[in-house]
Amino acid sequence: MNAIRAIAQQLLIALAAILLAFLVTGIVMSGLGYDPVGAYGQLISGSLGSISALSESLVKTIPLILTGLSFAMARRAGLVNLGATGQLYIGALCSTLVGVYLKGMPAALHVPLALLAGLIGGAAYGGIVSLLKNRFSANELITTIMLNEIAIAFANCLVDGPMKDMEAATLFPQSRAILATAVLPKILPGTRLHAGLFIALLGVAFYAFFLQKTKRGYEVRITGINPTAAQCAGMNVQRTQLLAMLLAGGFAGLAGGIEILSVQKRLMQSFAGSLGFDGIAVALLGNTHPLGLLLSAFLFGMMSNGSNKMQMLSNVPSAVIYLMQGLIVLFVVGRNLYTKAFWRNVSKRHGKAPAMAAKEGRA
Amino acid sequence: MNAVGDFLQSVIKMATTFLLAGLGAVFAERAGIVNISLEGMMLTGALFGVIGSWATGSVWAGLLLAMLSGALMALIFAFFTVKLHANQTVTGVAINIVASGLTILLFRTVFGLSGMIPKISTFEPFFLPLLSDIPGLGKAFFQQPIPVYLAFLLVPLCSFVMHRTNLGLNIRSVGNNPKACDTVGLPVHRIQAGAVLFTGLMCGFAGAFLSTGQLSFFTEGMVAGRGYMVLAAVAFGNYTPLGVMGAALMFGASEALQYRLQVASTAIPTEVWTMLPYAITLIAICAYRRRSNRPVCSGRNYIR
Repeated sequence: MNAIRAIAQQLLIALAAILLAFLVTGIVMSGLGYDPVGAYGQLISGSLGSISALSESLVKTIPLILTGLSFAMARRAGLVNLGATGQLYIGALCSTLVGVYLKGMPAALHVPLALLAGLIGGAAYGGIVSLLKNRFSANELITTIMLNEIAIAFANCLVDGPMKDMEAATLFPQSRAILATAVLPKILPGTRLHAGLFIALLGVAFYAFFLQKTKRGYEVRITGINPTAAQCAGMNVQRTQLLAMLLAGGFAGLAGGIEILSVQKRLMQSFAGSLGFDGIAVALLGNTHPLGLLLSAFLFGMMSNGSNKMQMLSNVPSAVIYLMQGLIVLFVVGRNLYTKAFWRNVSKRHGKAPAMAAKEGRA
Repeated sequence: MNAVGDFLQSVIKMATTFLLAGLGAVFAERAGIVNISLEGMMLTGALFGVIGSWATGSVWAGLLLAMLSGALMALIFAFFTVKLHANQTVTGVAINIVASGLTILLFRTVFGLSGMIPKISTFEPFFLPLLSDIPGLGKAFFQQPIPVYLAFLLVPLCSFVMHRTNLGLNIRSVGNNPKACDTVGLPVHRIQAGAVLFTGLMCGFAGAFLSTGQLSFFTEGMVAGRGYMVLAAVAFGNYTPLGVMGAALMFGASEALQYRLQVASTAIPTEVWTMLPYAITLIAICAYRRRSNRPVCSGRNYIR
């Protein structure tokens, strides 16, 4: 019974956060002279209005599920992984290398190999974060961001140097296209929807199974809730966090690999945009719960897809969705906004503050 | 001599951005608030500095606007962390995402999608009389825009406030033991919020200096991780204003060196050198681990 109540409460908080974020963004938009109602209309019709719109929303959802998992997995182990971007680029780079240069493979082998390369690349890059933390107690907030910038620059310089496609019709530096045998198959004719969807769903299933049903997953959860208790119970906190970061990096690397093998088909400079950071919002809105994460990934995938139509038809810059995403996170972590204690406090300003009833949750 | 002067001049100039934000951040950090929204506050500052300078024709009006915008972001951060006890890191990430969306939205609304860059007034070098004539050194230290002098003059002032005044003592105590401070009647939350607000003002300043002093326009996402480097600078500088200055100079030097190397070596792709400041930051926080001044309750919200 309590579990159901807790889930209902989570859902209510998420819904309240989404509504508040839309409201505030709407106010900002109308303040700047845009028409928020029309814009939101196009946002929704552009993301759900037709089979092709819906499938394109799903295409955008796929990497978000995986970068969301990346943040969530580290979060469960008590780490803040701001490095999905870098892990994604390294994953994309490794998948591109296998996809472009490994010749004469049957597709049934080439695709999994290329994906595996992305997974391993991302995992290794995620592992660095943990090694630096364990060995040098370097704060992961800073190392992840620095590693992001280094990974982006590294991919950029490879694409502009050794990996550059010299016969490209465009001036923009890019790698050669991956071989046809490395392309992820499409699953809905006439759209771009591809088999990456199943991989992402498998990722979620693995995440849920690992955390709930395995010994290592249990250790991850305990470490995240209380590292001291985990230590006292004989768990190796550092090794557990390393494992979590390897998995987190693996998810992000897989996201990069899938993007290359399906939508992008070649590595281009800064192709991933804000996918890495969007994953943070996905994980937090979903409260790192597998189902919540899926739902919020789809919401953000929708928004990312619909925002293109919105920009075309009502001239609202598509970047407005970042504003919305940031606000959603803000209104999720500011969950005490929805407690009676807070409002009682506001109404009698100078009274003695009652103890905050709601303890800070996982968010 | 001239080349050295030129290089030192750009080192000092680029260090100023880190220093301004760092002097703000060091107070919030000491009060126990880990604020990773420096990035976002600098970004809003950078945009509003340009908008203000463009709209009024005065770069100082732009600076004022930038500081106010930084403070506004800080106010939101303080409300969510100090008042609502929201996780500081996550709130910081959220503010950064909000700032990136909001600045692009505002930038494209004000300046259009055309990519036309209007001419704005920027911080021009101010030659200090006599001192600026010293060969080499004069160029490096005394032919700088006024905010550079301000930033470096603020270092002893901040140091004094931090270590020699009641206010500084209160801030440091709140970070180390908020409960004890509360017991003796210090307004813990107000002190923390105040420190965050000061950080916002200084980050707005830093952002405006980046877009209207170091460079001369706004580009989307132009802060590019500098906010996080400031955070590293505060830790590297062992949470004191003087230490922050040292770290800022080091990061300024790595950035200046990066630009020099990009121009100097045509054989190596420029992107290789882009990595330099980030790699140096990474090495710095791994190599230097004396954190004796790090507050005990860093990053933990105080709930009464």
